[in-house]
Amino acid sequence: MSTQLPHPSQAAPDTTQIHNIGYRSYDGPRLGRAYARRSLFSQSLRGAYGLGRSAKSKVLPMILFAVMCVPALILVAVAVVGKQSKLSIEYTQYALYLQVVISIYLASQAPQSVSRDLRFRTVPLYFSRPIERADYVLAKFGAMASALFILTASPLLILWIGSLLAKMDFAEQTKMFGQGLVSVALLSVLFGGIGLVMAALTPRRGFGVAAVIAVLTVSYGAVSTLMGIAFATDNGGVIQWIGLFSPMTLIDGVQSAFLGAPPGFPELGGPSTGVGVIYVLVVLALIAGSYGILMRRYRKVGL
Amino acid sequence: MTVIATESLSKRFPRVTALDRLSLDIGPGVTGLVGANGAGKSTMIKILLGLSPATEGRAEVLGLDVSTSGAQIREQVGYMPEHDCLPPDVSATEFVVHMARMSGLPATAARERTADTLRHVGLYEERYRPIGGYSTGMKQRVKLAQALVHDPKLVLLDEPTNGLDPVGRDEMLGLIRRVWTDFGISVLVTSHLLGELERTCDHVVVIDGGQLLRSSSTSDFTRTTTTLAVEVTDSDTHPDGTGALRAALAEAGVVLHPGVEDGLPGAGHILLLEAAGEETYDLVRDTVAGLGLGLVRMEQRRHHIAEVFRPETPPRHEEVPAR
Repeated sequence: MSTQLPHPSQAAPDTTQIHNIGYRSYDGPRLGRAYARRSLFSQSLRGAYGLGRSAKSKVLPMILFAVMCVPALILVAVAVVGKQSKLSIEYTQYALYLQVVISIYLASQAPQSVSRDLRFRTVPLYFSRPIERADYVLAKFGAMASALFILTASPLLILWIGSLLAKMDFAEQTKMFGQGLVSVALLSVLFGGIGLVMAALTPRRGFGVAAVIAVLTVSYGAVSTLMGIAFATDNGGVIQWIGLFSPMTLIDGVQSAFLGAPPGFPELGGPSTGVGVIYVLVVLALIAGSYGILMRRYRKVGL
Repeated sequence: MTVIATESLSKRFPRVTALDRLSLDIGPGVTGLVGANGAGKSTMIKILLGLSPATEGRAEVLGLDVSTSGAQIREQVGYMPEHDCLPPDVSATEFVVHMARMSGLPATAARERTADTLRHVGLYEERYRPIGGYSTGMKQRVKLAQALVHDPKLVLLDEPTNGLDPVGRDEMLGLIRRVWTDFGISVLVTSHLLGELERTCDHVVVIDGGQLLRSSSTSDFTRTTTTLAVEVTDSDTHPDGTGALRAALAEAGVVLHPGVEDGLPGAGHILLLEAAGEETYDLVRDTVAGLGLGLVRMEQRRHHIAEVFRPETPPRHEEVPAR
């Protein structure tokens, strides 16, 4: 008689079976650099809203997204119910009014996107793969700008849909909506670049957060104050130049010169068209500069 | 077939020469790259990955020139860095899937390969937990998994046993051996401990100060210098068992090493001798039995990196400053 009881460790047949599967090599496609760059872009963009990360990291970006959209919903509700012929806020002004929310979002998500890779020294793992420095920087930059664009363009979309529901003039609303989109697109790329540069300079997340907040709010506060002083002392001509020194007033200047927006400080007046060109050039130079600094930064940390 | 070939490869930095006219020819299998800290091991790996240009000379990996085909090489090579490189707030699965995609694997393949690879390196249920809670040994396994996930033809492992306890070390070395024997992936593994690599590698390359000291198959190392350590008990007839055995073996013509390990606790009871072949083992056994002593142990001693230097350079006696 040989009724052998199965050994306890063999009681679960699936576990023993797993051990018997040998190594399988991979003969499928290897999609190369462009695919890796796209994957990194989508992973970073999702990460900027906490998707694919822990539940805890979804909280802040989602709250900020809601905070951005709620005023638009209220405005739309008022417009629809009150049968207004015009929205009570310009598309181009929306981001300006809610710039604190945008700054907090950028300050919380830019370090998340780049400081972690630096702090935990994951960057060498990327650069030991087919992607190059430029791919990494472009993917991160693109993802941050796209995340900001989603944050800033979504309320505009709500406003536009609301304006159509309230049966406002379609052509006019669509034109203004378009101008608003161009403005926030420029804002997203500019702020994204500045935020990433600040965050990439330090592997410490806390410093990154503080640096982004400081650069955005302190510069805006200082510039506004100087503008006020210039106005009070009758130095009106200087005001349009002072606006060059903070990211938010830069965007404000560009949109009031070219995108039909009223200036952020109506009593001060926006920059003239000639100075507006300089605003655009400064914005583009800052974006290019951010890219350049990021490229330099990652030359040092590659492996 | 050659996996890695270098020809008078040099790398000079403004103040140091990291590699100095290094010519190597490494075939498939497990190859150990041994050298003290700062010997040029990491510089070598950077050059092989095409991330740092050589000052002069050339290098080929898998038949591809490192200076022109860096991206192609990195697609077929895996790299495990020496330092920590894992974010603590994601699970091993998420992390390795992401790294697989960074190597160009489509999403589905990335997930399948991740599950397979993590299982092969010995991570099971814990792979769904955040990496922050892992032990050092588990982290090392995740690092190895991300280097293997895209099924490379060659992996470069930089000090994979760093920070591991003896058991973890043995497991990691066993795993490295399997990467070649079971997976068919060639391995270049660096270490500053020769003894460790001797058990794992088919071939060992020793560099020092950026220069090639020695390159030979592991069997050469062991064949030329097999040292046996023998420890015996004392008995009533031979109160100093070790001394008696020493005398008896010397009489039988066995080459006895002077007490290399003098100064270590219990070193006086360990006899080191050179094994000429199988017969030496028999001779020791018979001699011990003849003396009526108990044989506590008889084992092969692992070499220190210092022993590799010995044929070329006499052992350095460090002078103790007079006090």
